Amino acid sequence: MIPLLTFGNVSAGDELPDLVYEVTATTVVLGALASRDWRPMHHDHDFAVNRNGTRDIFLNTPNQAAWFERYVTDWTGPFGRLGRMKFRMKGSVFPNDTMTMSGAIEGTDIDGVGCGWASLLVTLSVDDEVRTDCSVRVAIPCDVDDNPWLRRGDQWIP
Amino acid sequence: MSSVPATVIALIDQLQYEEAGEFPVERGYIWTSCASVENGNPLFWDDEVAQAITGGPIASPTMLSVWFRPHNWSPGRDEQPLPLRVHFDLKEVFDLPEAVMTDNTIVFHDPVRPGDLLVTRQILRSVSEPKTTKLGTGRFWVIDVEYLNQDGQLVGVESYTGFGYRREEAGE
Repeated sequence: MIPLLTFGNVSAGDELPDLVYEVTATTVVLGALASRDWRPMHHDHDFAVNRNGTRDIFLNTPNQAAWFERYVTDWTGPFGRLGRMKFRMKGSVFPNDTMTMSGAIEGTDIDGVGCGWASLLVTLSVDDEVRTDCSVRVAIPCDVDDNPWLRRGDQWIP
Repeated sequence: MSSVPATVIALIDQLQYEEAGEFPVERGYIWTSCASVENGNPLFWDDEVAQAITGGPIASPTMLSVWFRPHNWSPGRDEQPLPLRVHFDLKEVFDLPEAVMTDNTIVFHDPVRPGDLLVTRQILRSVSEPKTTKLGTGRFWVIDVEYLNQDGQLVGVESYTGFGYRREEAGE
């Protein structure tokens, strides 16, 4: 098995393909329960509206992290290995929203132990409004014989 | 001179609240999480691919905190344990009733595998002097949550920047 995406194929300024997804109440509730988040604002419409003051139940943060992971590894393939993610939450995502995930490569580098990295800015938007942005550092094989997952200890510097 | 009490300064960079997860990492939850976001990465679904690339099945990296969320109910427990207790300690110490998280960073180290029983611990990294924002007046603090496997290997670190504050009263 060889990686389909390698360091030589990526450059700063490249854009990742968009992911468009219609969010439903099931999306929100399934995401909350899959991340063991039992708080009612993620499954109880009445609580979300009348206690939290939001217009509906909304995606929880751990499930958004899972969406960002899926988006990035759809692009890298299974050899891509996440090193670091940083979130900035700006607004909520509700049922009936159409969310669009977009990403661009901000930079690439090979670190001191020879690991290839792409630094991405990924946004989750609804109606062209960014609801969450996420900086991601993901390791990509330097060539078809490389595998970032084999790195351990001081050979892995995320 | 710092206005942070010496008792709080003494806690900076100290390990606190070390605790084990309530159950081992399990594949059913990994699949449920992947299904919730339609993540078809073969690392999680195809054992041959997982064996070839990661030396066997692993958990989705972003599930780190999933393994520490308590059951919604368990026998003999009257109330839900508080997550991120250092955060709530600081709210109490500084008498700041409101708080928000402004940033969340996750750093991924060794892969988590089915059967792992993880341990977590919290470390206060910094507390700011008083600051005033549009939310109110309070303090920022940074808390790291480290996750280790049963062999003591670091599998991840989450860093939270919190802002504990008191709302400005109208007319003040």
